[in-house]
Amino acid sequence: MSEAQTEKKDLGQAILKEIIPPPEEEAHKKSFWKSISIPALAILTGLLIGALMIAATSSTVWAAFGESIWKGFGTAFKEIGTAYQALFTGALGDPVRIVRALGSGDAKEIRSALNPILESLVQSTPYIFTGLAVAVGFRSGLFNIGVEGQLFIGAAAATYVGYSITGLPAFIHMPLALLAGALGGAFWAFIPGYLKAKTGGHEVINTIMMNWIAFRLTEWLLSGPMSRPGSGGMPLSPLIQKSAEIPQFFQAPIRFHLGFIIALAVAWLINWVLFKTTWGLNLRTVGTNPRAAKYAGLSTTKSIITAMLISGALAGTAGAVQILAVNRSMALGLSSGYGFDSIALALIGNNTPLGVILASLLFGTLRNGATRMMVVSAIPIDIVDVIQAIILMFVAAPAIIRAIYHLKKPKKEETTIFVSGWGGK
Amino acid sequence: MTTSTQTITRRHISEITPTRKLVMGIIELVIGILIFFLFAANLAPELMTTFNMTPGGISVGTMADWVLPSRLTLIIIAVLCTGIGVFQLVRGFGRATNGLVGLCGLLFVMSFLIWQASGKSLNLSGMLSSAVLLAVPITLAAFSGILAERSGTINIAIEGMMLMSCMFAALVGSLTNSAVIGLLGGVLSAVALAMLHAVLCIKYKINQTVSGTVINIFSAGMTAFISQKFLQKYQNLNAPPMFTRIPVPLLSRIPFIGPIIFNQNLFVYLMLVILVVLQLALFSTRWGLRLRSVGEHPKAADTLGIDVIRTRYIGMLLSGIVAGIAGAFFTLGSVGRFDEGMTAGKGFIGLAAMIFGNWYPIGALGAGLLFGFADAIGSKLSLLGSSIPPQFMGMAPYLITMIVLAGFIGKGQAPAAEGQAYEKE
Repeated sequence: MSEAQTEKKDLGQAILKEIIPPPEEEAHKKSFWKSISIPALAILTGLLIGALMIAATSSTVWAAFGESIWKGFGTAFKEIGTAYQALFTGALGDPVRIVRALGSGDAKEIRSALNPILESLVQSTPYIFTGLAVAVGFRSGLFNIGVEGQLFIGAAAATYVGYSITGLPAFIHMPLALLAGALGGAFWAFIPGYLKAKTGGHEVINTIMMNWIAFRLTEWLLSGPMSRPGSGGMPLSPLIQKSAEIPQFFQAPIRFHLGFIIALAVAWLINWVLFKTTWGLNLRTVGTNPRAAKYAGLSTTKSIITAMLISGALAGTAGAVQILAVNRSMALGLSSGYGFDSIALALIGNNTPLGVILASLLFGTLRNGATRMMVVSAIPIDIVDVIQAIILMFVAAPAIIRAIYHLKKPKKEETTIFVSGWGGK
Repeated sequence: MTTSTQTITRRHISEITPTRKLVMGIIELVIGILIFFLFAANLAPELMTTFNMTPGGISVGTMADWVLPSRLTLIIIAVLCTGIGVFQLVRGFGRATNGLVGLCGLLFVMSFLIWQASGKSLNLSGMLSSAVLLAVPITLAAFSGILAERSGTINIAIEGMMLMSCMFAALVGSLTNSAVIGLLGGVLSAVALAMLHAVLCIKYKINQTVSGTVINIFSAGMTAFISQKFLQKYQNLNAPPMFTRIPVPLLSRIPFIGPIIFNQNLFVYLMLVILVVLQLALFSTRWGLRLRSVGEHPKAADTLGIDVIRTRYIGMLLSGIVAGIAGAFFTLGSVGRFDEGMTAGKGFIGLAAMIFGNWYPIGALGAGLLFGFADAIGSKLSLLGSSIPPQFMGMAPYLITMIVLAGFIGKGQAPAAEGQAYEKE
C-alpha cells in the first residue's frame, strides 16, 4: 500500500515539474528590463492619454484654438503642464519648498513640506492590502471582485471591536481590532468561495453581489446598531478607543502610520507563502492548471476556499487599517473604490507581492496628487480611474503597446491569468 | 443542408434526479410551515388586506379592489404549499417539479405581502407595473449577455456599457432635445465599448473577464469625470426629454394586465420586441444556428465554412446595441437625469438573470421579472411603513441572484466554448 502511495506521489511530482515554470528568479534576472518595459510604457501611455483628456475637456483650450492653432497648442500644453505639475507637487511635495524648509530648520515647516510624499504612502497603504488580496485570488485562479465588500465588512468589524471594548491595553486591543477586521473580510470572502467550490456558482458574480449586500449591511449597521449617539440618523460610527488606534508616527498634518509598515510585512509574508511553501505551490498549481492539479491529487475545493479566505482577510485588513490608523471612526465614504482599483494593481504588478507594492505606490501617489490637481485645475479626481483602466488595458494586451512602440515580440509566451467561464469548469 | 445535420446537445433543466425530488419537496414543506408560523400565526383574525388592482393615474383597463381576510388567506396558502410539498415527497411531480417550486416561491411572496399589508391597503398592480419597469434594464442586460455568450465571448462589461450609454443618452438627449436621438447616442457609445471589448478579446485574445473589468473601470471613471466636469456645472446638459407612457390601443384596456404591460413607455415594448426577435432569430433561423455553433464548437463551425471571428464580432456588436438600450433606459425611461454610478450593478444582475434563464431569452425575461419584482417590493414596503429596514429589502435582489447561481433552482449549461479565444489553425 505504501508503495502505491509513493508511486502516486512521484507521479504527482512529475506532473508538477512538467507544468510549473522554472524558478522565477532566474527568468527575472535575465529579462528584468524586458519585464518592466511593458508596464512602464503602459503607464507612460496612460498618462499621455490623461493629458489629452485634460486638454480636450478644457474650455480655455477650445477658446484658444478658436483664435489660432498655435495659440491652441500653446494653451493646451500650458494647461496640461499646470495640471501635471499640481499632480506632481501634490504627490511628492514641492522640491524648492522642501529644501527651504530643511534649511530653515523650523519643525512645523518641515512637516508640512514633507507631508505630500508621506501622505502618498498613507494613500498607498490600503492599495497594498487590496492589491495583494486580488493577486492571491488570481494566483489560485479566482477573480475576487468582492474586495470592496470584504473591505467594508472588515472595517465594520474592526470598528466595532475598536469602540465597544474598553479597558484593554493598546498592545492587545489594537491587534485584536485588526484581527477582527481580517476575520470579517475572510468571512465575507468565504461565502462566495464556498459557493464556488461546492456549487460552481461563479465567483465573479457572487462577489459582486456580496459587495452590494455589504454596502446595504454597513449602511444599516452605521445608521442602526453601530450608530454614533447624537449623529442624528447620519450613518456614522462612534470614535474608536485610544487603545485601538494604530499609531501615527508624526504630528499633524502628517498621517503616516504603522499600517504602512504592516502592509510591507504582510506583502513579504504573502510572498513567502506563495513562492516558498508547498502550500503556496499547491495554490498556484490549482490556479494555473486545475486539471493537472487534480491529477496530482490536489483538492481544488480546499484550495479555492483557502485562497478566498486569505484574499478576504487581506481585504478586511485593508479596511481595518484605514479605520484604526486614519479615519478612527467609520462612515459610508470609507473607500474610494479600492476594491476595483486593486484588480488593476494586481495585474499591473503581475500578481507578485513586489509588483503589487510598486503598483500601489504608483496609484497611491497618483490619487494623492490628483486631489491637489482637482483643487488647482478643477480636474475631477476620477481621471485617475480612466488612466488606470487604460494602463490595465495595455498591460493585459501587451501586443498593443508593442505595436505602438515597435517593440519586438518576446520569444516566450507570456503567462496569462486563468479565469474560467460561468459553468464552473 | 449540412448545417441541419449538426446537433448540439444541451442538458435540460427539466431532468429530475431523486435528490432534487427530495430537496424540492422539503423546500415546499418549509415554505408552507414558514408561511404559517411567520405570517399567519401572529395576525388578528379580523384584519383585512386590501389590494388595489389599478395603478394610480390610469383610467383605462381598471379593475375592482381585492379585499382578503388576511389570516384565513394565509392559512389556506400555507396548507396548499404544505400539500404540494407532501405530494412531491411521496409521489413526485416529474416534469412539473420546477414549476411548482416556482409557484410555492410566488405564494410565499404573496403571503409576505398579505402579511405586511394586513389592515392596510397595497397597490398591487402599481407594484407589478413598476416591477415590469424595473425588470427592463436587467432583462435587456441579460439579452445583451445572451448575444455575446451564445457566440462565445463572455461579456462582463455590460455594466460599463450601460453606464456609458446612460450618460451619453442624457447628454445627447439634452443637447438635441430629443429622446430618440439621445437613445441613439447612448447606443452608439455602448457599441464603441463593445467593439473595444471585441477587439481586445477576439483580436488580442486577452482574458475576457479582465477586458470586461477594464471597460467597467474605464466607464465608471469616464462617466464620473464628464459628469463632474460638465453635467453638474451646466444643469441644462443633464435634462433630457423622456420617453412617455404610450398606451397600446385595445390591449391597454384589458383589466389588470393592460395597465401593467401595455400602458408603459417605449423601453418595455422594446424589451418585448427584442425578446420575440431574439428567440426566433437564435432558434429558428440559420443565422441563429451559426451564431450558436460558434459559441459551442468554433472549430466545427469553422470546418463548415462559418467565419468564426466575424460571427463573434457581430455577436458583440448586437450585444453592445442591446446593452446601450438598457443603459439609456435609466436616463430616458426612468429618472430623466444622469447620476454617477446609477446603473447600480444592474448589468451584473442581468448576467445572473441570463444564467438563471439558462441562456434562453424567454428564461432571461422570467428571471428579469423576478428581480424587478424583488426591487419593487423593496421600494413599496418602505412606503407601507414596514418594520423591516429598507436596507434589508434592498439586499433581496442580490441574495436571490446568489441563491439562483448556487443552482438551488436547477443548473443551466453555458455555451461550451465561451471565454476561449478562437485561434484559426
